[in-house]
Order: sequence, then structure tokens, then C-alpha cells
Amino acid sequence: MAIYSVYIINKAGGLIYQYDHSGARPEVEKTFSYPLELVLKVHDEKLVVAFGERDGIKVGHTLLSVNGVPAEGRFLKSDGRDIMDIIADEENYPISLKFGRTKLTTNERIMLASMFHSLFAIGSQLSPEPRSSGIEVLETDTFKLHCFQTMTGIKFIILADPRQMAVDVLLKKLYEVYSDFALKNPFYSLDMPIRCDLFDTNLQQAIEQSERLGISNI
Amino acid sequence: MTVYNFYIFDRNGTCLHYAEWNRRKQSGMDREEEYKLMYGMIHSIKSFVNRISPTDLKDGFLNFRTSQYKLHFYETPSGLKFIMNTDLSVGNIKDVLHQMYSNIFVEYVVRNPMCSLDQPIKSELFESKMDDFVRGLSFFPMRVA
Repeated sequence: MAIYSVYIINKAGGLIYQYDHSGARPEVEKTFSYPLELVLKVHDEKLVVAFGERDGIKVGHTLLSVNGVPAEGRFLKSDGRDIMDIIADEENYPISLKFGRTKLTTNERIMLASMFHSLFAIGSQLSPEPRSSGIEVLETDTFKLHCFQTMTGIKFIILADPRQMAVDVLLKKLYEVYSDFALKNPFYSLDMPIRCDLFDTNLQQAIEQSERLGISNI
Repeated sequence: MTVYNFYIFDRNGTCLHYAEWNRRKQSGMDREEEYKLMYGMIHSIKSFVNRISPTDLKDGFLNFRTSQYKLHFYETPSGLKFIMNTDLSVGNIKDVLHQMYSNIFVEYVVRNPMCSLDQPIKSELFESKMDDFVRGLSFFPMRVA
């Protein structure tokens, strides 16, 4: 049971707050000999596994480091060499490569937030029943996304373990924390990113409490 | 408990089959437009879920619910997408959608040489089998009017 992360989206679809709570993304380091069994491709300026899942390395994982030297996009951070060239050269083997799930950059998070904003609207438009809200719970095999939209159009989104109970209670609690510590902050302007320590600490406390105590004790 | 409607899309986004039963609200656009919107939404949800997930996904997107309905999604490895809208009380029906694929779609479309696999299905046999199957589901009963 866990809460993975929290997103707050304003009524225009802009991301105004994001917090990752738990869930370190898995990383796998392995030594390879020539030729490399994995097929890599460049995607979004990153090297991504295109084919050949093995030993916990999955399709879609990004190359994070070569022989312990971190990668920066498709180049090595230390001397800026193209990693594709290094991998193609037999001289460099055996080689130790570290792979992991692609980390989301701030820009990607902003994009995902506005993507959800429109999915939410389409979900209600395609409803076979009248007066439907947008997406409230979206379920996958590894996580559940819970969304609560306030009367004023702000969306609170929690990604949680599928078995996590009482997420809707936590969502309401986050709304309360938002009204108390973001809205009442005289330095906060509406619909802008929330940068407020008191809000951060109270939000984290609420999440930890709901994880520990489970239901209704928030 | 009730079933509202049902879509089958192929991997290119063509709507192969559509049927509806107890649908009370139309989307207010052309059917063709609605298929495109539905496919676009599913396509975006798949990519959204893939990127936002903290861990690696196996099946990926399964279902979502709003205040009024629940959308169930099942995709075959060949990219066929089965989408069923039901009311909120219906649980996980992945196996039901899989049955529709293996017992009806494969039997009456794939094995029918007259059906081309990239165009809307025109077989009446398929349509009636699909209708019978859905009407026979335990969660089909019409709501009391």
C-alpha cells in the first residue's frame, strides 16, 4: 500500500503543484559483452531500449549510465561522447550499462497534467449517461489514479497503489490543506505554481498519516 | 446493472463494430466523429498511463470511471481494442471482453473469408452473436424504468 505522487492542476490545465511521495523507479546495472543483445534507439533525445527484454531490463527503459559515468541524454556527461558510438565499438567491451524507467522532467509533468485535463473533459463528453463528471478513478495493473475536481475547477490527483484505501478522503483533506495553506497565503497568486513550505509540510503529513492509519483517521 | 455501449477498434483506429443498448445520452456529434474522439481518448490514455506510471506496466490501462459510468478496456497483442461502457456497479470484466474476442470475433470475423479485417464488420451473424452474448451477461439487465 502506498501513495506514489500528487498533482494539482488549475482550471486551465496548468500544473501548479507536484510531489513525489514514494516509489523509487527501478534501476538495473549489468555488464555486457560484444555484441550487445539489446536494441537501443534514440527517443526524445534519450537512449531507450527498443527490443530485447532481459534481467529486469524492459522495453522503454532509458540508459542511465555507462561504466558508472552518468549519461546526459544520448551523450556521456563526462566528455560528451555519443553513447551510440561507444556501444558500437568492440574495443569498449566488456561494458557496464545501467538502465531504468525514464524519469519525468518538469516539462513532461506539465505536459502530462494538461493531457489529463483534456482526457477528463473528453471522458465526460463521451458519457452514455447524462450529467456525467469527468474521470474520477483510472485503474491500471500497477497503480490507480484518483481525481477530485473542486467546484472552482481545480483538480487534485493522487497516484496510489491499487489496493490503497480511502484515497477519496485523502483528496478532500488535500483540498482542505490547499485552502488553509495556499489560498490563505498572502504571497500566493491564484492559478500560479504553489511554493509554500507550510503547504508542503502539511500535505506530506496528511499523506503519511493516511498511509499509516489507512481509513478515516485523517 | 446495465451495459450502455460497446466499441471494437482495430490498431489503425478504424471502428470495426459499434453497438448500444441502454444509452441515454448521445454525444451530440456524428457517429464517425464520436469514434475518432473515443479512439483518440483511448490512445492518449494509454500513452499517459505509460509515462506517468511509477513502475513498469504489464497490462496497462484497464478501466476508468466517472460519476455516471465506467469504461472497460481490453487490448489484444495485435492491437484490437474492445471498449465497453457499463454502469458503476460492474467490477473487472477483462475476461468477458476477452471472451468476446476469442469466442465471437475470432469465430465469426477472422474465420469468415468474406470479412475484411480493416473495415467495419458487416456480418449479420457476427452482430447477432455479439448482441446475444451481451444480453446474456449477468450484469446486462436493464435498469428499472
